[in-house]
Amino acid sequence: MTAMVKSEAVHKSFGPVEVLRGIDLEVQAGDVFCIVGPSGSGKSTFLRCINHLEKVNAGRLYVDGTLVGYREKNGKLYELRDREVAAQRRDIGMVFQRFNLFPHMTAAENVMEAPLQVKRESKAAARKRAVALLERVGLADKTDNYPAQLSGGQQQRVAIARALAMEPKLMLFDEPTSALDPELVGEVLDVMRDLARDGMTMIVVTHEMGFAREVGDSLVFMDEGIVVESGTPRDVLGNPQHDRTKSFLSKVL
Amino acid sequence: MTTPTDKVPSDGAPQPSKSAPEAIRAIPVRHYGRYVAAVVVLALLGLLANAVAGADLRWEAVGDYFFDDQILEGAKNTIVVSVLSMIMGLVLGIVLAVMRMSKNPVTSTVAWGYIWFFRGTPVYVQLLLWFNLALVFPILNLGPLYKDEMTDVMTPFMAALLGLGLNEAAYMAEICRAGIQSVDEGQTEASQALGMTQQQNMRRIVLPQAMRVIVPPTGNEFINLLKTSSLCSVVMFEELLRKAQNIGNTSGAVIELLIVATIWYLAITTVFSIGQYYLERRYARGSLRALPLTPWQKVRQNVFTWHGRGPSAGGAGA
Repeated sequence: MTAMVKSEAVHKSFGPVEVLRGIDLEVQAGDVFCIVGPSGSGKSTFLRCINHLEKVNAGRLYVDGTLVGYREKNGKLYELRDREVAAQRRDIGMVFQRFNLFPHMTAAENVMEAPLQVKRESKAAARKRAVALLERVGLADKTDNYPAQLSGGQQQRVAIARALAMEPKLMLFDEPTSALDPELVGEVLDVMRDLARDGMTMIVVTHEMGFAREVGDSLVFMDEGIVVESGTPRDVLGNPQHDRTKSFLSKVL
Repeated sequence: MTTPTDKVPSDGAPQPSKSAPEAIRAIPVRHYGRYVAAVVVLALLGLLANAVAGADLRWEAVGDYFFDDQILEGAKNTIVVSVLSMIMGLVLGIVLAVMRMSKNPVTSTVAWGYIWFFRGTPVYVQLLLWFNLALVFPILNLGPLYKDEMTDVMTPFMAALLGLGLNEAAYMAEICRAGIQSVDEGQTEASQALGMTQQQNMRRIVLPQAMRVIVPPTGNEFINLLKTSSLCSVVMFEELLRKAQNIGNTSGAVIELLIVATIWYLAITTVFSIGQYYLERRYARGSLRALPLTPWQKVRQNVFTWHGRGPSAGGAGA
């Protein structure tokens, strides 16, 4: 069985700054895979490499057995065209720290946009599924509201519904609760918990250690562009082996 | 330490006090400077009116020629060439803006060069260049597509349209670029993450949001263009100013006809300014919680609040 995500010695630099210095890991289908670490450790950058929002400088990244962003032929790498990269991203949903909802569209239109434009679904079918998805994240009564009329937690739940509308096989969460007021964090985590229960493969960059411990199947601690420690959340969070992990956890737990 | 008031049992929750204190009725600050300014302005206006009354002006000529057929045709030509140039500038401007931001070095350099040339030379010179093109290219030869005498093609109207429209495109390109760049990068990332192509992203996500930034300066540009069209008289285009001058020179009522043209320009720009105001208001919808008041609403508010009570501010957005 191939892993849903396989990362082999992934490197990434922004100019002279090396953000990722060799990431090796595997995410199995159906797992909730948590990435924790201090800011600047490269965890968000790694997440963005998985759907090619960032280009990898060295190493290989595979999603469901397919190389991300390139085609390998006779030992040579060919860059994919814009259209081909877009096609690869269809199966990978992403939820951002700052929601990034489209402000000129209602909640339902946000969810319908990709099915209409990318999958060429009919408007009626897309609308019907958008309403069902919004209902699933508990926003049945907000379908015709604009993002500016929603709270942060509601916006993030719309963003999750928008990503789910493309029926992805993998969901990436980039600190989905970091921009939320503390009292709104729970409603977003509840939706993510439901999603995990339904068997969605999820990679979650998070500072919510409680969520990672409860829902996560595996967890890695990253620092300065490398994976310092990995294992089950219970082991890594409860019994860290490395000093860096210990000092980080002592500050956040 | 928690004080007892921090944790009030649900049955004893704090209630708003039942008897509101008396509403404040203070004497407002007096603005004596305003009265002084009003007196000074009135005095100056009086002097101006006195001077105009004594001037050797034939006001009846202004009235006589205001709706003259020639003037009406000139006004029509001014509006037509302005609107068409603006459409040309807008379409070409969006294309140039996208080209300028393209990763393709050839297209971005071409766009840069276009903007450099057309923004860097006076529109007056550009009009003359187009108009006199026949001096160096007597025949317009587009291979198998088209072939004709240049003087037949480059009519005053064509010279005016090309001169104004191509110049306008350079300015519109920069306005559109500013608008497109004002849209948060996260929007593009979100649409890309959903599997949308760059083209879909631009058309569906970025441009609609850029419009809010593009519309106000575009309205400004249009009003500028309307006035700049008066330069087209140098290429024999029969616009408002040229018509007015023609009549003025033959009838001897030079200043009177210039007054006619001035009033017409003011009237046209006023009408389009009002249109611009409401267009901006429309595009602000969805991004603002409360829309700005229309002038009429402002007037009403000012008049009513003079008496201390009136419609509360911001009521338009509800």
